[in-house]
Amino acid sequence: MNRILSAFALVLLSASLAVAAPLDSFKGQKGNIDIAGGTAHIPVMQKAAQAIMTANKDIRITVAGGGSGVGVQKVGEGLVQIGNTGRALKDGEIAKYGLETFPFAIDGVAIAVNPSNSVTSLSKSQIKDIFAGKITNWKDVGGKDAPISIYVREDGSGTRETFEERALDKGTSVQTANVVNSNGAMKTAIAQDSNGIGYVGIGHLDESIRGVTVDGMVPSQENAANGTYTITRLLYMNTKGKPQGLTALFIDYIYSEDGKGFISSSGYIPLDRK
Amino acid sequence: MRNAVESFRPERRNGEAGLAVIHVSVALAAAGMVLLFLMVVAFALPAFLQGGGGGPFSWSWAPGKGEFGILPMVAGSVLMAVLAVVSGWTLGLCLCCWLLAPDRSGKGDVLLRNLVGGMVRVMTAIPTVVYGFAAVFLLTPVIRSGLGGSGFSWLTAAIMLSLLILPTVVLVLQAGLGPRLESVRLAGAAAGLTRLELLWYLVLPSSRSTLISAAVLGFGRAVGDTMLPLMLAGNAPVMPETLLSSLRTLTAHMALVTSNEVGGAAYDSLFMAGLFLLLINGIVSLAIRRMGGRS
Repeated sequence: MNRILSAFALVLLSASLAVAAPLDSFKGQKGNIDIAGGTAHIPVMQKAAQAIMTANKDIRITVAGGGSGVGVQKVGEGLVQIGNTGRALKDGEIAKYGLETFPFAIDGVAIAVNPSNSVTSLSKSQIKDIFAGKITNWKDVGGKDAPISIYVREDGSGTRETFEERALDKGTSVQTANVVNSNGAMKTAIAQDSNGIGYVGIGHLDESIRGVTVDGMVPSQENAANGTYTITRLLYMNTKGKPQGLTALFIDYIYSEDGKGFISSSGYIPLDRK
Repeated sequence: MRNAVESFRPERRNGEAGLAVIHVSVALAAAGMVLLFLMVVAFALPAFLQGGGGGPFSWSWAPGKGEFGILPMVAGSVLMAVLAVVSGWTLGLCLCCWLLAPDRSGKGDVLLRNLVGGMVRVMTAIPTVVYGFAAVFLLTPVIRSGLGGSGFSWLTAAIMLSLLILPTVVLVLQAGLGPRLESVRLAGAAAGLTRLELLWYLVLPSSRSTLISAAVLGFGRAVGDTMLPLMLAGNAPVMPETLLSSLRTLTAHMALVTSNEVGGAAYDSLFMAGLFLLLINGIVSLAIRRMGGRS
């Protein structure tokens, strides 16, 4: 019985290898890849890891989160082979650790409100005033008479950086705003708070929250890709020095047709290798 | 073989090996604690010496502007823990009195008491992230619609923290007050006193150190917890104006900053935050114990 099962598995395996050409490069490879860092990257990394590990049982890939800072630190100290960031590396980080960087996807940041909110579009200056604490009631931007509760991401978050740089034009948010520490926590907070406003990666928009039109720009993947929506950031993989062996193969795989499929299905827009 | 076993029995003359294990364990534990303190102080020193504007001893946290003041978080931790301990300790003391001095003793009452006692024990094993997650969906909407604000506030987190420290308080009190109550039970019954009267007039006044231990341990847990303030307190790095304001504790602050920063002034200031946590805990437990000793 076992032999039949394993023979069957072998047939399946060779079939999948024959179909999925980009996976061919992993044939006969062996070893581990550890990945950590930006949380936005996790779905893409996991899908790629799963495909590779299904095709080749001798390869083990672990994917962890931790945020952009953790990604830089871990890859710099050699604890992982790939450290992901949702922001470009700082000059100091490149110099300190000797990192190579690989942008592979575009992630848009959407300004989000509760679906019950009647406000569906805001101008950039209104958004600036809301986050600066100058506008504190929804009725001042055409909504109901209720105080605005602001949710922001923690300092150093890639999403926050993108938002403050691209939507607030390098402004900052008011100090009394509530701080949450992930896209998921942001969604939970805004989905519950009918007076809430915050921001999430466009890939995280769903029916539980509503993306606000900014200066006429509708937040969507397509608009982020074609450049009509400008509150966007790039997602990066980083390695210490030039990637070698399995790590290099993994990065090639992310840029392959398979990888692009995983990026799109995770809610981002794939980028070609520079 | 037999000799080897014999030598691990400390009470035997040739039990040196057993003693050696004990000594090594003590040395390891003590060295670990000393090292921990030294490391935290050593890492905090650069931030401490930096001084001037923007250092950790200021009231403004704005890394974008180069300001790394952690005093709002120090105040946040103290405010949060004090509110949680005052309510959690009071609640725990009353719960403990009810468990120890039943006012009724029907079959149903005994069952109920055992059930509540067992529940308190089970509560010690629940991870705080579970409390936090439940509270995000159950408590914050109630606070938001009932009292106003965003629902993420000093009050919300303090309520959950007081629940969190409740088992600690109750178990410490039960372990201390229970035997003492038993020892005076017969004499008390002969004098016609109920268990509650015994507790109130005899046991509690003579159990100051137990009451204090419960408060100190509860405070330690409340000030050291990370998940509940992180998920429920709102995390704004400013002093709260009311119970419904958002505040950030030192623990939540450390969790927020470490998720994205490596190196730099923001990261260094975290060691200062760690040192402050140790100091707050030390000072408060000393103060509570002294208060108990004097009066």
